[in-house]
Amino acid sequence: MRNTLTLFRREFWSYFATPLAFVFIVIFLLLAGALAFYLGGFYERGQADLAPFFNYHPWLYLFLIPALSMRLWAEERKSGTIELLMTLPVTLWQAVIGKYLAAWAFAGVALVLTFPIWITVNYLGDPDNGAILAAYIGSFLMAGGFLAIGSCISAATRNQVIAFIFTVVLCFGFLLSGFPMVLGLFDGWAPRAIVDAVASLSFLTHFASISKGVIDVRDLLYFGILIGVWLLATAIVLEMKKAD
Amino acid sequence: MARGPTTALAGAGRTTGSLLGQLTAGNDAGKMIEIKHLTKRYGELLAVDDISFDVAPGQVLGFLGPNGAGKSTTMKMITGFLSPTAGSVRVCGHDLESAPLAAKSCMGYLPEGAPSYPEMTVRSFLEFIADIRGLSADVRKRRLDDVIGRLALSSVLEQVIETLSKGFKRRVGLAQALLHDPQVLILDEPTDGLDPNQKHEVRSLINDMSRDKIIVISTHILEEVDAVCNRAIIIASGRILADDTPKNLAARAPSGRLDDVFRTITTAATPRAIPAAEGAAHA
Repeated sequence: MRNTLTLFRREFWSYFATPLAFVFIVIFLLLAGALAFYLGGFYERGQADLAPFFNYHPWLYLFLIPALSMRLWAEERKSGTIELLMTLPVTLWQAVIGKYLAAWAFAGVALVLTFPIWITVNYLGDPDNGAILAAYIGSFLMAGGFLAIGSCISAATRNQVIAFIFTVVLCFGFLLSGFPMVLGLFDGWAPRAIVDAVASLSFLTHFASISKGVIDVRDLLYFGILIGVWLLATAIVLEMKKAD
Repeated sequence: MARGPTTALAGAGRTTGSLLGQLTAGNDAGKMIEIKHLTKRYGELLAVDDISFDVAPGQVLGFLGPNGAGKSTTMKMITGFLSPTAGSVRVCGHDLESAPLAAKSCMGYLPEGAPSYPEMTVRSFLEFIADIRGLSADVRKRRLDDVIGRLALSSVLEQVIETLSKGFKRRVGLAQALLHDPQVLILDEPTDGLDPNQKHEVRSLINDMSRDKIIVISTHILEEVDAVCNRAIIIASGRILADDTPKNLAARAPSGRLDDVFRTITTAATPRAIPAAEGAAHA
């Protein structure tokens, strides 16, 4: 626990030691705002909720989260610090979890900094703040899911660009599996259970239900298991190809 | 231990026992590093081939060999970064396989190239290592002051590591390895890429510490072995070809020079002498 915390702190502050933190947060805020106001029609809808803001989060994360996760392990490998880290008295799990939580906390910071839009909607109308909180939690969980996938891919390569591209592709798959065009491929011939199973793999399905303001245990479980499985995969990949 | 140059090669692997007896005669504290039948295979390539040796307190062991001989791979297995394909490593009595954290706690390691986190300042990097090593508040302060003084890092403490010169980076790596005052120090090419003055400093640092620690250094600089080591192991193609004091090794060549011995042993090892070395290793 103490070691995880130490690794977390080091990793978390290292984001702020480079321009990465600044660039990431500024771009995230600009895009999140622009998408909500221009594409989402935040004003024109005339409704006091943040749906036009949260609806674009999956797509925003699709490109921004891999940019955050790509360095998690690929950079350690490239600079050789993985050898330093793995010969310190820490377990592989402490390292995987400490680094992952740091990236997740950083994504959380970026998300929290979108608070002006919450102030705006409260100033303009009388929104359901419970639903907004639920949507924030859903968005944070979804960021965690993307990051866990990215952590595993980053562990498999020393090249950050490759890590980025593969993470985007894989996350895209996880997003799309809830889309009619993907489900249409299964509809008609596959049993209902399979279609449901594919649909239930999607980030979108679970995020959508949370962001309506309903925090269902099944959605929480989905993100919990997803993150757990991908972090386990991260540890396995690292153990297998530590030296390459 | 006087032997003619002709018998030197065949007897290379067999000297271990008598040499250890000599070096540990006055010290029964036990073996700090025990390596048994260590083997590492990468697919077809046998990087380390059934190596066994012990290191006792008071020894400064120089690990010599041409590039690609398996020096770094062996060190990576001793420090627990790589798991061996076969064989076992015990450090301070802890088996690397079953008690990796205990073994890692009593070791300090400078990996090849002295990697460190480039975006951190020297101070925050060393403090991070101190925290991970679990040093208590008063020990932490004392140890930080000690390594910062010893490696003359006080002028660059607030500097970001990536802006440091190669020599300073190496010193930061050494400081990191020494921070918890480990009983066992493993240094992979500690002077590689340093200028002659810096090399001299690092060597005198190693000499200073050699009294109360076991130090294993890998190098391909032979003068270094002369300067700091009291035991040398020559390794090529993953096998131990010689294990003796640098002085005895040098005496094997008619010229009395360590580089001549090194060249004879490591170049002869490739085509013809392998059966001899193999026989010795399994003897």
